[in-house]
Amino acid sequence: MPISREEVEKVSLLGRLLLSPQELETMTGQLGQILDYMGLLEEVDTGQVEPMAHALDVSDVFRDDEVRPGLPREEALANAPNRDDECYLVPAVLGELH
Amino acid sequence: MSLIDQTATELLAGLGSGEITSVAVTQACLDQIERHDKNVRAFLRVDAQAALERAEQIDRRRKEGRTLGRLAGLPVALKDVLCTRGEPTTCASRMLEDFRPPYDATVVTRLRAADAVLLGKTNMDEFAMGGSNENSAFGPAHNPWDLTRIPGGSSGGAAASVAARMTPLAVGSDTGGSIREPAALCGVTGLKPTYGRVSRYGLVAFASSLDQIGPLAQTAEDAALLLQVLAGHDPLDSTSVDRPVPDYCETVRRPLEGLRIGLVPEYFGEGLDAEVEAAVRQAVRVYESLGATVKEVSLPHSKYAVATYYIIAPCEASSNLARYDSAHYGYRTDQKRMTAELQAQRKQLEEAGDQAALDDLDNPLIRMYRRSRAEGFGAEVKRRIMLGTYALSAGYYDAYYLKALKVRRLIRRDFDRAFQDVDLIAGPVAPTPAFPIGEKVDDPLSMYLFDLYTASTNLAGIAGISVPCGFSRGGLPIGLHLQGPTFAEEIVLRGAHMFQQATDWHRKSPPLH
Repeated sequence: MPISREEVEKVSLLGRLLLSPQELETMTGQLGQILDYMGLLEEVDTGQVEPMAHALDVSDVFRDDEVRPGLPREEALANAPNRDDECYLVPAVLGELH
Repeated sequence: MSLIDQTATELLAGLGSGEITSVAVTQACLDQIERHDKNVRAFLRVDAQAALERAEQIDRRRKEGRTLGRLAGLPVALKDVLCTRGEPTTCASRMLEDFRPPYDATVVTRLRAADAVLLGKTNMDEFAMGGSNENSAFGPAHNPWDLTRIPGGSSGGAAASVAARMTPLAVGSDTGGSIREPAALCGVTGLKPTYGRVSRYGLVAFASSLDQIGPLAQTAEDAALLLQVLAGHDPLDSTSVDRPVPDYCETVRRPLEGLRIGLVPEYFGEGLDAEVEAAVRQAVRVYESLGATVKEVSLPHSKYAVATYYIIAPCEASSNLARYDSAHYGYRTDQKRMTAELQAQRKQLEEAGDQAALDDLDNPLIRMYRRSRAEGFGAEVKRRIMLGTYALSAGYYDAYYLKALKVRRLIRRDFDRAFQDVDLIAGPVAPTPAFPIGEKVDDPLSMYLFDLYTASTNLAGIAGISVPCGFSRGGLPIGLHLQGPTFAEEIVLRGAHMFQQATDWHRKSPPLH
């Protein structure tokens, strides 16, 4: 298999997902099958080919630096799952669990 | 003809002459939704009251002789991936179930300015990832031609709503075929414009180098009308191109003299359903009868399109979807339960004396991200985040992402070469007509292979349209795919209109009961 269960578990941390043992099992099989299929690209000679990240030939698009109204704090906080009057609230990163 | 069967262009004429009112048209659409959407499930949200109020207001302004916008009084449905200020915009995901954007997408602003009547938000695959609409967290949309089958995706609700005559116009988005494929499977016309033709500001991002917004309608003429309003430069999207928008409404009616159609032998190989092939070849004969010449052109790298697409799109998606952190907006897991779970795990590991596992244990913030995302995203979205994260991770970047970007350039070069010899490339949109709901849910790769003919359009950044061109023996619609060079929307639309002047597949409507 092109990808192991341990690798899938590691990637789930990088991707900030938490997979159940059952999901890990299924995902390992499915990703393996998909990555196997991607192997098709190996036969293409891309030695002299520039990568194409974007379909447009535009880069460094500038606009005038005008002062415009930003998003008011109340609107920025309006969709937060947990907040107080002025901040987003999240679990403590440092220190003990509480 | 009843109001719901009329095209947007016909309705607009009736509205302009005062023969019909926007309230009547809007009410007819709402009635059709009321009658059939419990079975079709094309809409995630219908705002009947706001739509009728808006229609009334436009009728009144028309009576007063005021200048009105180009779509004045016409109902339009929006795919639920487009931000509407203060109104739910869910992307068919639990993650955004309660999300209300603080701003309108630029296309929504343009539609409001054109005096369109916004009916509501249409069903889709979660975050536009999928080709069957089965990935909607709120249940699949159904194909109006056969309710046991998929409408296609990801803009499945948009295509189904036009096919079921619930709206004359719908706005979708297309990252690897998400407008054209459901249009083909539902028997409507759907255009993916050139990358950069339409602003993506306020389109919830899936794969930013591939995503493009476009129209779905009964006819190419109607698609031209809607594109006229959607297209144009937007300072809020630096990838929207600053070049003049042609008068699509005017030019769409002009037939193409000396049209050169390209046929790609690679498109007619293994996996193509015989009935689809027959309908597409018959459509090409229609063009010949209209004076077009047909020439074989090769796209030698087309067979790599799916592999290339399913590396690049998930890579971009895994990066774009990192924003769903359950802190700024979106779904958050039950924090008490999450904390208790983490404490129990810690205790267990301490008792076992497993220091290595203890060191690796998530801190509460990381666990909140992971739990919230695990509960907020559906299976396909998770699969793509995993695929993209893996392909971009240390040691694999060159083998997957960089390799795919290089093949992407070869795919684009194939098209550039082909368009030196032909004006449009004709072919199938999807390899088969609509399949039964559930058929491919356990086989993601076979689902991905369904994008065989459409993904390369997005990789190359060119324009493509799906036009109804026949039916299977089982009564399912088949679509003709016309691809044109960058910014050739006029040619693509004129080519499609020419075909619709000679055929009536696009006027068929499904037998809903």
